[in-house]
Amino acid sequence: MTPLFEAKGICKYFGGLKAVEQVDMVIREGDIFGIIGPNGAGKTTFFNACSGIDRPTKGQVFLNGEEITRFSSELIAKKGMARTFQNIKLFKYMSVLENIKIGFHNQLKTTLFDSILHTKRYKEDEKFATEMGLNIINRVGLGDYKETLAGNLPYGIQRKVEIARALALKPKILLLDEPAAGMNPVETQSLMHFIKDLNQDGYTIAVIEHDMKFVMNSCNKILVLNFGHKISEGCPSEVQNDAKVIEAYFGKSGAMGGAHADR
Amino acid sequence: MTEQRSEKKLNTLRSSLESLQLWVRHNRGWLLAAAFVLLCIIPFFTTRSYVLGVLCRIFLYSILAGALNTINGYSGQFCLGIAGFFAIGAYSEAILSTAAKMNFWIILPIAGLITAVISLLVALPTLKMQGIYLAIVTLGFSEIVRLLALNWTPLTGGPMGIKGIPVPTFFGIAIRTSKHFYYLYLVMAIIFIFTTSRVIKSRIGRAWMSIREDELASKSLGVFTSRYKALNFMYGAFWAGIAGAIYAPYVRFIDSTYFTLDEGWNILSMMIIGGQGTLIGPIVGSVIVNYLTELLRPIGQWRMVAFALLIIIMMWSRPQGLAGTSSSIIAAKKDRRLRRRFATKQEACNDTAV
Repeated sequence: MTPLFEAKGICKYFGGLKAVEQVDMVIREGDIFGIIGPNGAGKTTFFNACSGIDRPTKGQVFLNGEEITRFSSELIAKKGMARTFQNIKLFKYMSVLENIKIGFHNQLKTTLFDSILHTKRYKEDEKFATEMGLNIINRVGLGDYKETLAGNLPYGIQRKVEIARALALKPKILLLDEPAAGMNPVETQSLMHFIKDLNQDGYTIAVIEHDMKFVMNSCNKILVLNFGHKISEGCPSEVQNDAKVIEAYFGKSGAMGGAHADR
Repeated sequence: MTEQRSEKKLNTLRSSLESLQLWVRHNRGWLLAAAFVLLCIIPFFTTRSYVLGVLCRIFLYSILAGALNTINGYSGQFCLGIAGFFAIGAYSEAILSTAAKMNFWIILPIAGLITAVISLLVALPTLKMQGIYLAIVTLGFSEIVRLLALNWTPLTGGPMGIKGIPVPTFFGIAIRTSKHFYYLYLVMAIIFIFTTSRVIKSRIGRAWMSIREDELASKSLGVFTSRYKALNFMYGAFWAGIAGAIYAPYVRFIDSTYFTLDEGWNILSMMIIGGQGTLIGPIVGSVIVNYLTELLRPIGQWRMVAFALLIIIMMWSRPQGLAGTSSSIIAAKKDRRLRRRFATKQEACNDTAV
């Protein structure tokens, strides 16, 4: 069976800087796939290379067996990969509902003339977008905020809106770039449940995250990057006990039991 | 102290404007109907062609500023070349009606389409440009059009211009007087506002606004932004071309001096004073600027100084324009700054509380 998503030997160089070097990743349907690593490990760059925001220098990306390496990000989104951003990118001066309606863009067929003449197609499209949009809003529990301008919402809610907007694409795979960044522990907890629920609904999710508790409790597979290289991959318990991972996070035989703490 | 007082005054002005806006929104249907009836009967109360002429200009510039607004206000592309599009529309009408002797009503959409196609030629190479760079290219385009009109003598008559542009007829009635043109312009302005209001409420309008707000996010949601930016440019240019096509038979003689950069600034200032990113803004701007132009005629060229002052005051006190809401782009920037200031203040309070 072909995996839902596959990245083969992805490299991304910025001039002489090798931000991502030979990283492979395979995500199967139903996974919650975690990508972790210290700051500057190349996680977001890797994500960008996978989702068409930046083209990878070398390597190939496959979605459902189809190569999407050279596709534009618009086309990749159309093919069924949705993503969120580390620094929230909402349409701040549009309402939450309008934000989500943009996610339906490619599922609508209205042309310029349809919209001017209010043809049947326009009416059906608008009805569809509004109903489905409200569905998603209620599904993620944002019913109270549907008419609020997105930029006026509190931070945690904005994160949710961004995920909801990505859901409107009906994605086969959802890439979340640090969804819990800047959240307090309570918000993180609720986000974790939210993501698990989405997974239960059948969404395949790849998530970059710094919060270890979050990753270890929700992901079934984890990939660890450091200085652009993949240093470990596996289920949470394997990764937790991997010597290389411990080294990357705590330094060489450093904090391990504090035996050489004075060095 | 004085600063505080002026700030207070500004705030009251601001809030009163905002409550007016709310009231207008609530009674929109009635207001529109009343305005339409009023506009229809105006020519029966005044026979002075001067007054009707000014009103014609107001309608014409409502279309032009509105067309610019669909580009600058809705999709956030910074276009300064509106005078160029205006010129192309006007010259298309003039040439087709004098040399090819075509009917005005057939020329009208053709002139719009010609302008839209030429605008596509400008839009395609500039799709990756943003902000000030796009502004400079479109500015250059506007000048190129003017210079072509001035120097391509066989086609445009060069410095002699095109004269004797025939007046259109409407079911046998020659549209000749200011009164006739008043109705023509009124109808065209209404059609423009009507179509635009519908387009911006569709997925196309939403795509335009999403590009204005955040192009990268828009792309990641599957909006083919290049396509929509090009479409946006063509839509705005189409209407500027239409405005040109109804302008040419009104003045009956055109040459390149009608379409200088000053014309572009004029239209831009209407859009900014009225409010970018709103439908009503360009109309408000057109009314104010055209009225002031007439009012300040006695001071001659000094009125440009008055306009400059007006724009500076507007930018300072109400950057989103008179009719603008917080959803207009320039306001967004200032708003964000204000909110950040407020947030840091609150944070400081929280810190001291802890």
